[in-house]
Amino acid sequence: MSNLSDLSIRQALKLLQNGDISSVELTQSYLDRIQTFEPQIKAFITLTPELAIAQAKSADQLRKNNPKEDLPALLGIPIAVKDVLALENVRCTCGSRILENFIPAYTATTVQRLLDAGVVILGKTNTDEFAMGSSTENSAYQTTHNPWNQDHVPGGSSGGSAAAVSAGMAPIALGSDTGGSVRQPASFCGITGLKPTYGRVSRFGLIAYGSSLDSVGIFSHTAEDLAVIFEQIAGRDPKDATSMDIPVPAINLDSNTDLTGVRIGVPKEYFIAGIQSDVEKNVRTAIQHFESLGAQIVEISLPHTEYALPVYYLIATAEASANLARFDGVRYGYSAEVASLWDHFKQSRGSGFGSEVKRRIMLGTYALSAGYYDAYYGQAQKVRTLIKRDFEQVFEHVDAIATPVAPTTAFKIGEHTNDPLAMYLEDIFTLPTNLAGVPGLAFPVGFDRQGLPVGMQLMGPHFKEETLLKLVHSYQLSTQWHKLMPEL
Amino acid sequence: MQLTIQEVEHIAELAKLDLSDEEKELYREQLSSILEYAAMLQNVDTGDIPPTASVLPERSVLRADVVQEPLHPETVLQNAPHQKEQQFKVPIVMENGQ
Repeated sequence: MSNLSDLSIRQALKLLQNGDISSVELTQSYLDRIQTFEPQIKAFITLTPELAIAQAKSADQLRKNNPKEDLPALLGIPIAVKDVLALENVRCTCGSRILENFIPAYTATTVQRLLDAGVVILGKTNTDEFAMGSSTENSAYQTTHNPWNQDHVPGGSSGGSAAAVSAGMAPIALGSDTGGSVRQPASFCGITGLKPTYGRVSRFGLIAYGSSLDSVGIFSHTAEDLAVIFEQIAGRDPKDATSMDIPVPAINLDSNTDLTGVRIGVPKEYFIAGIQSDVEKNVRTAIQHFESLGAQIVEISLPHTEYALPVYYLIATAEASANLARFDGVRYGYSAEVASLWDHFKQSRGSGFGSEVKRRIMLGTYALSAGYYDAYYGQAQKVRTLIKRDFEQVFEHVDAIATPVAPTTAFKIGEHTNDPLAMYLEDIFTLPTNLAGVPGLAFPVGFDRQGLPVGMQLMGPHFKEETLLKLVHSYQLSTQWHKLMPEL
Repeated sequence: MQLTIQEVEHIAELAKLDLSDEEKELYREQLSSILEYAAMLQNVDTGDIPPTASVLPERSVLRADVVQEPLHPETVLQNAPHQKEQQFKVPIVMENGQ
C-alpha cells in the first residue's frame, strides 16, 4: 500500500474489514499529507490530529473486538469538516475574528451522524467569513490556494474543504452551500460536490447565513463516495423543523452505464455571452457523452434565470442581517471594551466582522428597512416564486438539467477582491438551485487551456439526489476526469 | 440609485455597526452599484404572484411538550466574554435611577 490517500471509501472500508490496514495507518497517511502540503495549500483553520488518532484507535479497537458484529458503516474513515459546522469542544470560527475563541457546546447533526457512523475527524477547514464569498479570500485567517495552480483561488465559500479533498489531504469533506458554496469550489478544484435538496439534510449546528437557502453538502472525488456519505447524513432531524420526513433511499450504484430513457434538459439561458469558451466547450462535450450513454438531450428554457443574482443577493443578505444580529459581544464572540451598551454592540460588531460580512449586513438591512421592504425584499420574494416555477415546469418533462457550474474556471487570487459585483457574478449558475430548493451536483468534465479544471452541474427535482448521483456515476464509470489529481 | 452618506449612516445605525469614514464611503459606492443592478427586478411583472419565504410546503411541526435535560449553566456561559454570578454581564443599561 504505497498511497492510501488514493483509495475510495469503499476500497478503504474493504481493506479495513480485511485487516489489511488499520484506521490509525489510514488516518496517519492523511495527517502526513497534511503536514507536507498544508503549508502551501492552507486548507485548514484548525487541525485536530490528536482527536483523529484517538478516534482511529477507538475504531480499530471496536473492529478488533467485534469482528463478526454489525459495525458502524464508516468505521475508521477520516473526514474534514468546514469550519461553519459545530463540533463540541473544538473551536468553530466561521472564518471570522468575531468567533476566534468560540467553543461550541454541541455538535451539528450532520457531524454527529457521521461520528455515530464511526468517522475520524482530521480538522476544520477554511471558509469565507460566515460562508460569504466565492474564493476564501474573505476568510479572516488565510486564503486557501487551488491545488491545481496555487496562484488561483480554490473557489468558495467551502474552498478549504474542496482544496483538502483535491490535494488528497482528506477523502471526504463536509461543506455548506447557500448560493453555490459547495458546487463552485468543487468545480474549481476538479472534484465532485453535492448540494442536497433544501430540507433533506439537517441544518442544526450549521451556523446560519441565509436560513431559507442554506444546505449542508459533501465533497469527494466520486459520486459513489458522495452516495455513501449522503445516506448517512440525510433524513429528518427533530432539531431542525425544516428537515423533511421523507424516506432516504438506499442508493444502489451498479456498473450499468446505460442511460436509455433518461431525459436531460439543457437551458439556453446558461450558455450566455461572457462564459469562458473552454468552459462551454468541455461542458458541451460532456453533454454529448451523456447522449452517447443513451440519454435524450432536450433544449429547455428557464426564463427567469437572469433575475436569480439580484433576487439571491437581496434575500440572502436580508436573512443574514437577521441571523448575524446574534453576534452582540455578550453571549459569545469578540467583545469591545466600551462603557455604554449601544456603543458596545456597535464596536463589537464593527471590529469583529470583516468587510464582506458588513457589506452584506448593510445590504440586507437596507432591503428590509422601512420604505424599501416592498420594493426590494418583497419583490425579490415574488420573483423567487417565478424562478421556482421555472424549475417545476421543466421537471415535468426532464429528469435532470445540465449546465456549467460557473462561467469561468478558477480565477487568480486578488482578481476580484475590489469589485464585489464581479465576484457575485461567479455564482450566477449555482444560485437558482438554492432559490428553488432543488439539489445540484458538480463534477469534473475536463480542463481549460491553463490546466485548470472545468466543472459541470446537474440539477434535479426536489428529493431526487439519487437520480443525479446515478447519472454522474455512469459518467464517471466511462470517463477518467475524476481520477486525475494535481501534482503538488 | 445613489445612496447618500446619511443613508449609509442610517443603515449602519439600524444594523448596529460602527463604521469608519473610509468604510462609509466604500459601502456608499458599492451598495449603490449593487442596488442599481438589483433595480432590474422592478421590471418584472409580479402583480398576482405570491412571495416565496420557504420552498417547503407550509406545515406545522410539533413535538411532545416534555421537559428535557437543560444545558448546564457553566456550559451556557462557557463562551461569555464577561460573566458574573452565573449570568451574562453587560455594560450598564440604565444609570442614576433612569
